Amino acid sequence: MELALSPADAAFRDEVRAFIKDNYPAEMRVPNPETDLTKEQMLLWHRILAGKGWIAPLWPKEYGGPGWSITRRFIFEQETTRAGTMPPLAFSVTMVGPVIYTFGNDAQKKQFLPRILSGEDWWCQGYSEPGSGSDLATVRTKAVRDGDHYVVNGHKTWTTLAQHADWIFCLVRTDPAAKPQSGISFLLIDMKSPGVTVRPIITIDGSHEVNDVFLENVRVPVENLIGEENKGWTYAKFLLGNERTSMAGIGRSTRYIERLKKIVKAEIPEDDPAHLEFIRDIARVELDVLALEATELRVVAQMARGIDPGPAASLFKIRGTEIFQNITELTHRAIGNDGLAIREHPVSANRFMPGPDYGHTASEKYLNSRKLSIYGGSNEIQRNIIAKAVLGL
Amino acid sequence: MDIQFTEEQELLRSSVQRLLRYQYEFDARRKAVASEEGFSRRQWAAFAELGLLAAPFGEDAGGLGGGPLSAMIIMQEFGRHLVVEPFVETIVVAGGLLEQFGSGEQKQAFIPDIIAGNKIWTLAWTEQGSRFDLATATTTARREGEDYILTGAKTAVVAAPWADYLIVSARTSGHRHDRGGVSLFVVDRHAANVDLQSFKTIDGRRAAEVTLRGVKGQLLGREGAGVPALEACRDRAIGALCAEMVGAIGELNSATLEYSKTRKQFGVTIGSFQVLQHRMVDMFIAHQEALSLMQHLSLSLDAGEAGLSRLASGAKSRIGYAGKFVADQAVQLHGGMGMTDELNVGHYFKRISSINIQFGDPAYHVLRYAQLDAAA
Repeated sequence: MELALSPADAAFRDEVRAFIKDNYPAEMRVPNPETDLTKEQMLLWHRILAGKGWIAPLWPKEYGGPGWSITRRFIFEQETTRAGTMPPLAFSVTMVGPVIYTFGNDAQKKQFLPRILSGEDWWCQGYSEPGSGSDLATVRTKAVRDGDHYVVNGHKTWTTLAQHADWIFCLVRTDPAAKPQSGISFLLIDMKSPGVTVRPIITIDGSHEVNDVFLENVRVPVENLIGEENKGWTYAKFLLGNERTSMAGIGRSTRYIERLKKIVKAEIPEDDPAHLEFIRDIARVELDVLALEATELRVVAQMARGIDPGPAASLFKIRGTEIFQNITELTHRAIGNDGLAIREHPVSANRFMPGPDYGHTASEKYLNSRKLSIYGGSNEIQRNIIAKAVLGL
Repeated sequence: MDIQFTEEQELLRSSVQRLLRYQYEFDARRKAVASEEGFSRRQWAAFAELGLLAAPFGEDAGGLGGGPLSAMIIMQEFGRHLVVEPFVETIVVAGGLLEQFGSGEQKQAFIPDIIAGNKIWTLAWTEQGSRFDLATATTTARREGEDYILTGAKTAVVAAPWADYLIVSARTSGHRHDRGGVSLFVVDRHAANVDLQSFKTIDGRRAAEVTLRGVKGQLLGREGAGVPALEACRDRAIGALCAEMVGAIGELNSATLEYSKTRKQFGVTIGSFQVLQHRMVDMFIAHQEALSLMQHLSLSLDAGEAGLSRLASGAKSRIGYAGKFVADQAVQLHGGMGMTDELNVGHYFKRISSINIQFGDPAYHVLRYAQLDAAA
């Protein structure tokens, strides 16, 4: 399904497509890019996009964004995900960047924004804590003012790719007496500061994506506070609202469905009754994608006309993650007995895996995708948001 | 239809429970899984000592005569503790085949060592492209004097790296998918010309691709009668795997319920949210139904009832879907913690996922259930 594009936008789409084809690093085409690439490899595409000026579609031109319309941003998103390129680190580009140029002071903009664009700084997100998952407003990590520093103590968890990070943006409690939402500040912390410890959390797929981050008497200069003290909740909410349509993951789901079709064709003969069942299951999930994509295009068209889509992000998050979980399940089922095998981490070509290459990451993907309905606000929370904000319940 | 367990059966259950409670905590299991071999021979010896490896065998074969109900009791407890040692493979599957189809000589040669815990066995029937069809076999067995010579490759053979003997299905006549013409053979796993490529399974066990390059095999059962033998064997394996699944479901439900009563968000326990309450009610219902079906199947296995195989497929499918639902929800309700390697919840999820592949997935068995009905 395509947006109706003006000739200029269609030419832009062709340009993006050609650019990806000519420039996407072959080195990044590994079986499972999310877990198999080194930090340096992950940054290859980031640097190429930065060189082209396309690294931060969301950002205004004055800060280094390309100055695209909503339609063009969407085209770019569509083309890059359809082509299976690895998206630039969201914590840097989509999350903290916009907070800094919207609420930060000039010194902060000057210090941080260029280094985000170039890929010199790698950011991670210090939001969740052991006691604060869905209920983020109860964060307990404390920041106490001491001269021109804050002294920070606390424990952040589920911190994605913190093992690579140079900086962490944190929600910290600066006013313990205030109501939960009102005593929170938004603080930028150098990961090299004394007192910052990163501990890996291994997940059920065997990979290391997330971490615990312990902060013990970490001294953070007051100039690293974003905006006003105790206004952090506002900035945090702004950040979460920035994801919008990318949550639907249409490009990724479409690619995985194409792959699934090939696997089914190779694995299950047409005269096997299981074949028909797979054909039907695949058609169902394709229709799920089609319905979501149509909704996404409708929302994009509305946004292009200046209409705020409200909590559309919640709808996209719920359906996008459910669809992708379903696809990874079907893929795991399609490879039959080979689905018993799982690659060992760290991944090495020397370790034996049974069956054709296309099945080698199916178990991991299946297990790993269970996280999708949990993180970024669980799907239960997203349904609460729609119930309250849309249905008025 | 609730099973009234005999004193003997209750004793079996409580002794398994005691053993596992003291020797099979999650950390001990984790260590065994991470070890070089990937399971604990000491644990296997303890099972033998307690008589678990003898329990299902008939008294004629030197067993305790507990039959499928004893396997059910043991496997339900093994499911609760995520036992990785190959009880289903060695005792229920290979042991069952030897007991049912072995010659007097074979029984005498092999079963005592199994019961004593000295030898580990597994069944190698799956091939690349066979999917879940027992009759599909391209591995061949060629008669040579008194012996058969086997050539071919088997895939995803669980417990093969641990095994001393394999029971291998191979074609003695007919074409690739023919039901007739498949025979079973005992193969020494350490024989020259048996090559293993080992790998880890999602549930923390070991499996291997097994290549047979002209290796000697000893016929088990009648030539050409392999498929019916495998079907009977699968029915018993399904009985055991369903019991294991029910054990795992029960543990996931208790863990989730407990967590929902202690985990607080928004100032209240998450168990106070109606949407999660209803979810846990559905998990409870899934457990109750799975438990009932499991008992129904085990009683049918015990009585050797007609229509048993159809029921086995029905149970494998229905309990498989129940397990999948519960596992999905248990991870979901535990949130990020459910995703970690550290907590046992994810390990139950992975074991349930494996059971749902071994001997055929729920989709395969629901179709078989339907087709056997149509045939009746």
